Amino acid sequence: MNRPAPAPSQPALPASLAANPKLSSWLKFSSAGQVTVSPGKVEIGQGIVTALAQIAADELDVDLSRVQMVRASTVASPNEGVTSGSLSIQQSGRALRHACAEVRRIFLQQAAERLGVDIDALEIEDGTISGPGNVRTSYWELADEVSLDRDATPGATPKIATRRALAGHSVQRIDIPDKVFGRPRFIHDQASVGMLHGRVLRPENARAKLSELSEDGARAVAGLVAIVRDGSFAGVVSETEHGAELALRALRKGAVWSDGEPLPDENDLASFLKAQPSELTVIDERTATPAATAARTIRRQYTRPYIAHASIAPSCAMAQWDGDRVHVWTHSQGVYLLRADLALVLKMPAENITVDHLEGAGCYGHNAADDVALDAVLLARAAGGRPVRVQWSRQGEMSDAPFGAAMAIEIEADLDAQGEIIDWRHSIWGNGHVARPGRAALPALLAGFELAEPFPRMVSTNPPQANGGGSDRNSVPLYDFPSWRIESHRLTTMPIRTSALRTLGGQGNVFAIESILDEIAAERGEDPVAYRLRHLRDERARDVIRAVARRAQWKPEKQPGIGHGIGFGRYKNTGAYCAAIAEIEGAEEITVRKLTLAVDVGEAINPDGVINQIEGGAIQATSWVLKERVRFDRERITSTGWTEYPILRFSEVPDVEVELIQRLDIDPVGAGEAAHGPVTAAIANAVFDALGVRVRDLPITRDRIIAAMELTS
Amino acid sequence: MPSVRFRLNGVELDVDADPDRSLLDILRGQLGVTGPHFGCGAGECGACNVIVGDRAVTACDTPLWSVADKDVTTIEGLGTSERPHPLQRAFIAEQALQCGYCVSGILMSAAALLRRNPSPTSREVKEALDRNLCRCGSHQRMVRAVLRAAEEMAAG
Repeated sequence: MNRPAPAPSQPALPASLAANPKLSSWLKFSSAGQVTVSPGKVEIGQGIVTALAQIAADELDVDLSRVQMVRASTVASPNEGVTSGSLSIQQSGRALRHACAEVRRIFLQQAAERLGVDIDALEIEDGTISGPGNVRTSYWELADEVSLDRDATPGATPKIATRRALAGHSVQRIDIPDKVFGRPRFIHDQASVGMLHGRVLRPENARAKLSELSEDGARAVAGLVAIVRDGSFAGVVSETEHGAELALRALRKGAVWSDGEPLPDENDLASFLKAQPSELTVIDERTATPAATAARTIRRQYTRPYIAHASIAPSCAMAQWDGDRVHVWTHSQGVYLLRADLALVLKMPAENITVDHLEGAGCYGHNAADDVALDAVLLARAAGGRPVRVQWSRQGEMSDAPFGAAMAIEIEADLDAQGEIIDWRHSIWGNGHVARPGRAALPALLAGFELAEPFPRMVSTNPPQANGGGSDRNSVPLYDFPSWRIESHRLTTMPIRTSALRTLGGQGNVFAIESILDEIAAERGEDPVAYRLRHLRDERARDVIRAVARRAQWKPEKQPGIGHGIGFGRYKNTGAYCAAIAEIEGAEEITVRKLTLAVDVGEAINPDGVINQIEGGAIQATSWVLKERVRFDRERITSTGWTEYPILRFSEVPDVEVELIQRLDIDPVGAGEAAHGPVTAAIANAVFDALGVRVRDLPITRDRIIAAMELTS
Repeated sequence: MPSVRFRLNGVELDVDADPDRSLLDILRGQLGVTGPHFGCGAGECGACNVIVGDRAVTACDTPLWSVADKDVTTIEGLGTSERPHPLQRAFIAEQALQCGYCVSGILMSAAALLRRNPSPTSREVKEALDRNLCRCGSHQRMVRAVLRAAEEMAAG
């Protein structure tokens, strides 16, 4: 019954699978009743590994407990680039679903042949393949006779949504038990035989150079194995972690540094950003015909500061040399990309470098994970083949890792006599949002800039619009304005190191757009929810707004000292839809009491996982909005600990309610970055509702509110 | 080297070390007890929280000498997968974390709270956890999990 299928146009393979077509690189069966699944994406606290296991178990019809997830490694994992941009479900999930569908088919064919029954008469239940007359076999039985060392083909069809048993259900995350029982799971807790400890010396002043280094004090510390110096890069290796700390302290005393490079004025970021040399890109333009005449123009400027990743754990890595080969353990978001940069710095072939992923603390973008991996590699060179684990200090984590870029955003809206927007101009100034490793001809790793023969410091760039953009992420309005021009000025100097932090420019742009719209609606005397609905055509967008309004009982009756505000965005304009309503309380000091959100990610594979991501995003965004700002004077970063860089505490955390709009028939997208922009705007708009002032510079602190009040009075 | 005696998770120990070193350093470095995590080294984040006597303390700035003859409980001593503490069960049931790096400290703060106040209000839970930082934004789930554990313990 082999009828050739009509093939009008072969559907393409999912991109990740096309790039890594060999089926055996994605999954393997063992005769012991297990299937190992090997995605190229990594666990960074977002629960992706569980969601991917669900997808595989579903498509293969095996119990979830049979799925063993393998951590990404350059030895054998598919190369899926970087775990970022809320793309893991989209990329890895789609590839895995497709690969599993094809593998399932291959096994069914083999079973049909072996059992002598028609393939369509076979069923699979928990890996057991059975057919009429009680014939049966299984993946495990057939594992040795079916080779998956073959390339995926575009023909395989995954199950229809309603036939999936696990996707769409909230299964428990597979990594959580280890974490609540305190079992070693983080790279920080891994000990290997003969392991040594390393620490790296870095200057306090930005980019100061090491001019002199007396090693005597450090040499006297018990347990010292080596002192490594190469230009301005210096560090110690010790038998114990305690010894490494003491040796580093001694080394610091023996170090003389040159002056560093000047930093901007932290209190006038907009002027700084606008005055720097930059490269202009027109992001999007829409022209109305005929052009309408403006009755008036309103112009507003919004800023957001540099924001730190501020993971609870300082970054950590382990490295071990064996002759001309090195093995690296890292919590990097991209093992292959890190390997590429290590090869550049070490001037050795990538094949001689193995990079394995191990979990670190929550990762919100390009933090110091990659930097510390190079540190470990450089220090381990002096360790005589023993593994060296290197951990940064809290201070290093808060000052030497890349930050999320500061932004100045100016929006000009031309209004007609009725206050309707007839033209819109959105301009952004700031550093690029990405200086990730593994993507350029030169490395992006910190120590690489410090060596005696240094690589030039990478200046951040922006991904193209097709990938969601960087500074310009979410800058193109989703509303039906007749004409607009969006432009981005990317700085070509970079005194403060920036790279990818959750949402890239999305948080700043959504804050700006949703704030000025709120202002325009308020001036028209129009309800901000109604205003948005009137200007949106996309039904999924309208649905999240209607859902959040319903859930928050918009708009609650006005009470003194309480304010409500709404914000909306579709992440990258192509990803998850999210609308948020904030309820705030206060006068000069504000508290966010409640956040209500509605979100649409298409098919939510693990609904509780999506809600967890949205809650977390909403709370983190609240922290950014109310508290966070990297502090610096003209010489150095000064927010080097939790006192100077406070984040939201338990007593300050709002109640968060999330309504998930499940759409089983629409391809899933990620949830990790959907909430930040809408929540930021919702809080700012709620501040206006409560206090009658617009705070346009983040964070919205007591000082900023007082300043805004003085401006209006 | 002087010796400091204390009970770690119910087991009597003599530790030969400089008594001014931090308890965290001794636990993780000398004793291989890696449940308490290093976060800041300044007592500001709570990732290293352990219970000394009946109080949760930051092990990173607790000198070894100060725990002499005392009971020290780490996450490893709270419960196991075979015999989980109600808090551990509740954190799994509520999926009350994202990355989980802060969780071993948060569980210890919560355990100390439930020892002195078996039926806390939501506000009391938040107060008890206020010196613990979580960067992923799992606070709300954690509070819910602590309340759930308290209920379970009350129900026996």
